[in-house]
Amino acid sequence: MLNKKLKLNKNILKRGVEKKSIRDGFGEGLVMAGEKDEQVIALTADLRNSTRVRAFSEKFPDRFFELGVAEQAMITVAAGMANYGKIPFTTSYAVFSPGRTFEQIKVTVCLNNVAVKIVGAHAGFGAGLYGATHQSFEDIALMRTVPNMVVVSPADAIEAKKATIAIAKNEKPTYLRLARQESPIMTTDKTPFVIGRAEKMWEDKDPQVAIIATGPILHEALKAAKTLQKTKIESLVINCHTIKPIDELTLIRAAKTTGCLVTVEEHQVNGGLGSAVSEVLSKNFPAPIEFVGMQDSFSESGDSKDLLEKYNITAADIVRAAKRAIRRKNAQG
Amino acid sequence: MDTKNLRKISKEVRKDIIKMIYKANSGHPLGSLSSVEMFVALYFGIMNHHPKKPRWPLRDRLFVSHGHVCPAQYSVMAEAGYFPKAKLNTYAKLGSSLQGHPERKKLAGIEITSGSLGFGLAQAAGYALASRTDDKRFRVYCMTSDGEHDEGNHWEAILFTAKQKLSNLTLFVDRNRIQIGGPTKEVLSLGSLAEKYEAFGWNAIKIDGHDFEEIFDAVDEAKAHYQGPSVIIAETVAGKGVSFIEGKASWHAKHPNKEERDKALEEIKNG
Repeated sequence: MLNKKLKLNKNILKRGVEKKSIRDGFGEGLVMAGEKDEQVIALTADLRNSTRVRAFSEKFPDRFFELGVAEQAMITVAAGMANYGKIPFTTSYAVFSPGRTFEQIKVTVCLNNVAVKIVGAHAGFGAGLYGATHQSFEDIALMRTVPNMVVVSPADAIEAKKATIAIAKNEKPTYLRLARQESPIMTTDKTPFVIGRAEKMWEDKDPQVAIIATGPILHEALKAAKTLQKTKIESLVINCHTIKPIDELTLIRAAKTTGCLVTVEEHQVNGGLGSAVSEVLSKNFPAPIEFVGMQDSFSESGDSKDLLEKYNITAADIVRAAKRAIRRKNAQG
Repeated sequence: MDTKNLRKISKEVRKDIIKMIYKANSGHPLGSLSSVEMFVALYFGIMNHHPKKPRWPLRDRLFVSHGHVCPAQYSVMAEAGYFPKAKLNTYAKLGSSLQGHPERKKLAGIEITSGSLGFGLAQAAGYALASRTDDKRFRVYCMTSDGEHDEGNHWEAILFTAKQKLSNLTLFVDRNRIQIGGPTKEVLSLGSLAEKYEAFGWNAIKIDGHDFEEIFDAVDEAKAHYQGPSVIIAETVAGKGVSFIEGKASWHAKHPNKEERDKALEEIKNG
């Protein structure tokens, strides 16, 4: 059942659940962060509208910088600004930044250890219709390998707003992953958000499997939990919005409670959330894990809903993966 | 400005460069030797700074983009009093604050980590822009190599710096005409850098990069140019001061053996 302590959206699993794009939450959060701290500034590489940095640019024109289609310069200029003491939010699509800007991020942001915020929009299937060049399924893997980097992947627009305000204050290089599509609102303004703390969204009394999800696909995980419950399979669903530093304690406890897990992400299973969870558990409490996500392939043009079906990342796929994980656990005896 | 004393310091720095690279079995003689006068001029005449207070907030900033010339920078910093000269012996060794390519977090006085080419000007521009918005009056200097102009990131930064009219930023280009693979003209011809910068909206000044008078005059001219950024294109000799290294691409990242070291030190001494 849904975790009441989190004060989640009452309509979360109803047909008419409210939807909003995660990038809109970022846009609102950035304005709020800018109001709270005048050191907060924003840069874009000719994507003012679609990254939702426009509201900030209109409210704080002197603190907004247009770089043109020059992502490499955007990151390196921001590194200089952060070196000075500013808190720059750099905005582009995830495919371009961190996609193109990996080395700039590694050297000028993370090795310099200056608090640049890398905002990667249109991650996952949100840019579905644009085709494979615009779909980012590698960004989490790239960003979590770099020392000093924090990686945050909010699940809905409200969480994105809170995450934006939180990362403006964390004084660290940080990657914020945003999705484009209108996605279900799962949390409320009262739901707690702490960088590095995963939240149990759904917890049955005697869960047999833990489902760990990141980003808006968390909603499919919750739908899967509801379906599993109907077939008398109890489960636990965790919102792992921070992939680095990952909440080891919550993951280890979940593995100890359930004995098997499913990870769910709009990202390559190689190097993403699934890998991050595996690394924690193989060291601390080895357990069978099933990985729902991109299975080492490129995607293609299509509506995000159709693509999720084609690439087997729906609630039904999560249910099947959960059953496989439980079978593997039971086979181990 | 007493350039005689600066020439004396330059001689010491050239000797240090050879000794450091010999001792570490690693380093980049060509660019280190060609940039000596620019570093000496910056630390001993141009920049407003306090070696004993490397984090003094009003200091002028130097962003060195081509970090592989750090033996020159380290040596000049030691001469200026940032740290004891004995520390130069630790260059590139395990545990040393003098990393093989300089790191901001390892050595006070290094403004940016560099070594990966093409990133310095953009960071200097970001810094200069941020400081201008806060009405800070210090100046930002940046130094690059000509070979570094192969990098796209640098040209993005050239556009951005001009767009923002960052007249508080002055860029030095060490135009030594050599890169790893050979003469810049053959590897990827740059043509007239001065004309290119001017076409991008910069004030370009061409000088002899080994002549202190010309370096100081160029900086004065750059400071007086309020309309936008200035670039000082310093024609230099790669490997300057050691005849068997000068102009030879094979010496880009080569360390001298004992015999070559001794010969080089002798030449510098008598030069």
